[in-house]
Amino acid sequence: MLEITNLHAKVGEKEILKGIELTVNAGEVHAIMGPNGSGKSTLAQVLAGRDTYEVTAGQVLYDGKDLLDMSPEERACEGVFLAFQYPVEIPGVSNLYFLKTALNAARKHRGQEDLDAVDFLALVQDKTKLLGMSEALLSRPVNEGFSGGEKKRNEIVQMAVLEPRLAILDETDSGLDIDAMKAVAAGINALRSPERAIVVVTHYQRLLDYVVPDYVHVMSDGRIVRSGGKELALELEEQGYGWLGQEAA
Amino acid sequence: MVGLDRKRPESAALEPRIRAAGPPWLDRIRADALDRFAGLGFPTTHDEEWKYTNVAPITRLALDPALRVPAAVELSAPGSLPKGVRLCSLAEAFRAEPDLLEEHLARHAGFERHAFVALNTAFLEDGVLLHIPDGVVVEQPLQLLFAAAANGRPTVSHPRVLVVAGRDSQATVIESYRGADGSVYFTNAVTEVVLGEGALLDYTRLVTESDRAFHFGALHVRQGRSSSFTSHSVTLGGGLVRNEVGAVLAGEGAECSLNGLYAARGRQHIDNYTTIDHARPHSTSHELYKGILDGHAQAVFHGRIIVRREAQKTDAIQRNKNLLLSEDAVVNTKPQLEIYADDVRCTHGATVGQVDADALFYLRSRGIAQAQARHLLTCAFAGEMIDRLKVEALRGLLAETLAGRLEAERGGGG
Repeated sequence: MLEITNLHAKVGEKEILKGIELTVNAGEVHAIMGPNGSGKSTLAQVLAGRDTYEVTAGQVLYDGKDLLDMSPEERACEGVFLAFQYPVEIPGVSNLYFLKTALNAARKHRGQEDLDAVDFLALVQDKTKLLGMSEALLSRPVNEGFSGGEKKRNEIVQMAVLEPRLAILDETDSGLDIDAMKAVAAGINALRSPERAIVVVTHYQRLLDYVVPDYVHVMSDGRIVRSGGKELALELEEQGYGWLGQEAA
Repeated sequence: MVGLDRKRPESAALEPRIRAAGPPWLDRIRADALDRFAGLGFPTTHDEEWKYTNVAPITRLALDPALRVPAAVELSAPGSLPKGVRLCSLAEAFRAEPDLLEEHLARHAGFERHAFVALNTAFLEDGVLLHIPDGVVVEQPLQLLFAAAANGRPTVSHPRVLVVAGRDSQATVIESYRGADGSVYFTNAVTEVVLGEGALLDYTRLVTESDRAFHFGALHVRQGRSSSFTSHSVTLGGGLVRNEVGAVLAGEGAECSLNGLYAARGRQHIDNYTTIDHARPHSTSHELYKGILDGHAQAVFHGRIIVRREAQKTDAIQRNKNLLLSEDAVVNTKPQLEIYADDVRCTHGATVGQVDADALFYLRSRGIAQAQARHLLTCAFAGEMIDRLKVEALRGLLAETLAGRLEAERGGGG
């Protein structure tokens, strides 16, 4: 589903991704771990199409199509979803209106009619309940005045409504208490299916107790330096990332 | 510079056009105003207060006697008004409430230093009186609609409004100016508002003039003790527009909120000039003006706040935020704080920027096309001001009108 080959990207003059190689197949859950500054979030943002990063080399294929050639909205309509590490506050746009506009954009792209108001509301209420998010937040402006946990839940509600085929979660677990963590994990697990793939970017192992990955990758200095099964996450939990420096040296 | 020659008309030449329709005291005021106008002439961009707004195109219209028409006004109040409330033409008011008019008319909008107000006062004849007696609450909004005549040739009108809100009275007023698309005219409007002790007034001034029209509008407010005045100055139309709001917080504990929203496109020029005069202690003012500029549009915001020596414990906040949708749009924003008291809190701030890049990417990453995302964020920027409007029907109407205008500009490739 996703094939990343020799991906290089920079912001300004600073090279952050230095040759990423990663293949993700449908039905798989991958975890990307690594210390701060290793390039995890940059990779997530580049895949979503953020133009502050300049791709200088490499290729990303999504279902065999050139992902880097698509606008952010095309990627979203094709089923790519990024749960933001820092969800953006949008004063003046209600959460519900935002969700409806996003969902109908994707439906239009697929040649489907807009969902009618009743069905849409039922869908959103269903997902909101699953994520344990207060329904009152739906009529509020997007993320405005939300707590950290509410923002992260809101990301997962969006994901649940949009039902992406490739979901990339950028440190969705950071700053969550255990209840929120379980709710977010339930949202992610509900999306798992043979047709979908999930990439979880995280600094810690604890989310992976609830969302068990098929593969774990370790990033360091803009590259994936180690890959393995779910046991690699446990190993990292014990050893930390200190060994990365030694290995590189 | 071109087109800046100061016009100083002889008052004798204008004299025959003043009709002696009112009482003698008014005739004296008109004659004074005419003399004053002749002395002042029209402002030019050499005047600090008119630095960014060139009124030369207006002067050519305003001085042609053949173009003057009576202001066409439509008054609407749903159902019957509470007992004692008077909403009528000035002509009728001269007969019905001569003492009230003599006390207030042309007493609050000073013309000593102001050519347009002087001109309006010199031709003072058409207009509206709204009088809400002490203690009366008018629950339904009252609308004053000034529609420019669409008779195929340029016209000039000088509408005048006087609102006297008695002690502890409450009302909501919408003053609206409009004209047929594409028609050329000049509306020179002056409104005076007097709030008695504890009075509460919500006042919307809506300018949706033709994009080729000239509009000058002055709103002068005098607030009594513990009164509360809220204005919403919304400008969507007009080719060259100058809105002035002058509020004098003349009683202790008075509260004043000035809200503004302007959206300009093409070659529109919209100038908002506000003055809040804190004259007595413990008064509060909140001011927020927001602008959206597209195409080659220009906007000016000049916000003056005066805190008099005795106005201790004044609390004043002023903000002006502008969203530029095009590289060719221009905004000039200028705060002017004159503080003579020492125990006060005054803050001001102005921003001029583009659509937030993070918010835009966030919307796009959810599948919303760039143009639609931009439109959504622009409407949301204005939404904060529209949400403040007290009249619900107006909120929906304005949100729709604004969205349509922004859409049209986008579709037009501007």
